[in-house]
Amino acid sequence: MKQWKVFNQLNKSTRANVITIGVIAIIYVLCQLLIAVGALSNLMQGLLVPLCYYSILAVSLNLTVGILGELSLGHAGFMCIGAFSGAFFSRLTENTITSPWIRFPLAIMIGAIFAALFGGLIGIVVLRLRGDYLAIVTLAFGEIIKNIINVLYIGIDGSGFHFSMKDSLSLGLAKDGDIILNGAKGITGTPNDTTFTIATIFLIVVYLIITNLVNSRSGRAIQAIRDNRIAAESVGIDITKFKILAFTLSAAMAGIAGVLYSHNISTLVATPKNFGYNMSIMILVFVVLGGMGNIRGSIIAAVLLTLLPEYLRFMQDYRMLIYAIVLIVMMIFNWNPACIAWRKNHTIKGTLLSLLKKNRKEA
Amino acid sequence: MAMLSVKNLGISFGGLRAVDSFNITIEKGELYGLIGPNGAGKTTAFNLLTGVYKPDSGVITLDGRNITGLSTIEINKAGIARTFQNIRLFKNMTVLDNVKIGLHNNYKYSTASGILRLPSFFKTEKLMNEKAFDILKVFDLDQEAHYLSANLPYGKQRKLEIARALATNPKMLLLDEPAAGMNPSETEELMKTITLIRKKYDVTILLIEHDMKLVAGICEKIFVLNFGMELANGRPQEVLNNPEVIKAYLGE
Repeated sequence: MKQWKVFNQLNKSTRANVITIGVIAIIYVLCQLLIAVGALSNLMQGLLVPLCYYSILAVSLNLTVGILGELSLGHAGFMCIGAFSGAFFSRLTENTITSPWIRFPLAIMIGAIFAALFGGLIGIVVLRLRGDYLAIVTLAFGEIIKNIINVLYIGIDGSGFHFSMKDSLSLGLAKDGDIILNGAKGITGTPNDTTFTIATIFLIVVYLIITNLVNSRSGRAIQAIRDNRIAAESVGIDITKFKILAFTLSAAMAGIAGVLYSHNISTLVATPKNFGYNMSIMILVFVVLGGMGNIRGSIIAAVLLTLLPEYLRFMQDYRMLIYAIVLIVMMIFNWNPACIAWRKNHTIKGTLLSLLKKNRKEA
Repeated sequence: MAMLSVKNLGISFGGLRAVDSFNITIEKGELYGLIGPNGAGKTTAFNLLTGVYKPDSGVITLDGRNITGLSTIEINKAGIARTFQNIRLFKNMTVLDNVKIGLHNNYKYSTASGILRLPSFFKTEKLMNEKAFDILKVFDLDQEAHYLSANLPYGKQRKLEIARALATNPKMLLLDEPAAGMNPSETEELMKTITLIRKKYDVTILLIEHDMKLVAGICEKIFVLNFGMELANGRPQEVLNNPEVIKAYLGE
């Protein structure tokens, strides 16, 4: 009872953090138990890591779209940069740093840093753009990244790195050379370091970074820019600085998701399916469904919308049709004022309390 | 020494001379009123003073420092804060957070210590909360500190905007129609608050207002603008009885 009191005294945002992280931890333990008793199908086991990195992507995009209020359609591009730079590093150091406990965190750092660099760069370029124009530029950026990686060849031999944008032969590698990035064939043989445990830990880390940022001085400045740019300037908020900060952080975390992704599969290639326009839109759908600026909502939406198509598999060709209908219904239920009012009157807590009262009266 | 001295300030939009040879000297601690018919260039003058527009000509000096041509952000840091004719609050944020954004440049800790929740975060946030509540109490908004600012009634939104501007610790406060849309009792209350903050925070105030009762009641001097030019300037009674001013407002 005493602990409960302490919990209630915490401020609202800390309380929300404790609840969210607690729920993530419980789900993690449940999944591990189910795996241990063999109750989780292979298909579901394979989905656990994607659930984590999709959630990270949704949370990180929420920083740009929900907290900063700028529509970005190139989030898959940042993920792509993170995935390739992380996988590149791991392939390069596979034989020198043998312990995955050192190599993988380094790979994640490298992925985050590279993605952040490009995020900052895009941030500077698009400072003068707003709304639709920004969306178009970020969309193009995502496509450019994917296409450049598809024609990029990088190999290494005794004399150092070799680059080419033509084909693998023109790299001119020595006999002991090793092609790491092989154009459209991508990077093969990346060590599979990502586990469900590591992915969950990073999901929690990213969640904490964003929520702590939102409830701090810099986060308030970013939200002020979203709410009213002119007023933010009038109280001396440095718009340029905080816009670039938000873009950079958001990209860095998409980079982390990318590294988790690339170390979960054996062959990493950049296709329209994984790093294309559709992926960016899908992440945006997570954010919109979960609620702009609602970090917890992003995670829930990402999990639901990743599981949904899998559960609808039995419907074969009608799968995506049903997916769309369910999406529309969920959007309406989430954001229609009448539905919001209904939800407020029918909360789990309220229903339980009224049931309790009823029972007491009858007793 | 004058807090704000403006010499020959002017700006044109195309062929329209919106503000022309605007000269004003405001002493430290003074409460100056800026009036004029609609479209006279009052808000444009404010936008020139706060760096929203860059003047074509003229020099603005704040407390001995030339601030002509600086950006809005730099001018705010130099010590001019303002409110807007159409309220511009951070609507999706709480009343408290609105004021804390005003405190942004006076209470600092790095982004990293915010994310990592280092001791400097807790220390500074505590100071910020205390200061913000101090300001909110003056405006009688401390009860609503955790409301979303968009949910405040209109009169309180206007007050919150002044509170936010004050939080930047300005030397000079520019109020653009602070009483617009208020009923007489709200206006009365606002007059009291303005006189109070002037003493408490030691700020010099320049305000645009159409409510003549408010202007005559609290302003020590009045500047009348018409078609971007000075029409009259001086003590309230003299200015408001000036036939030129009456003509500009009521016609012949």
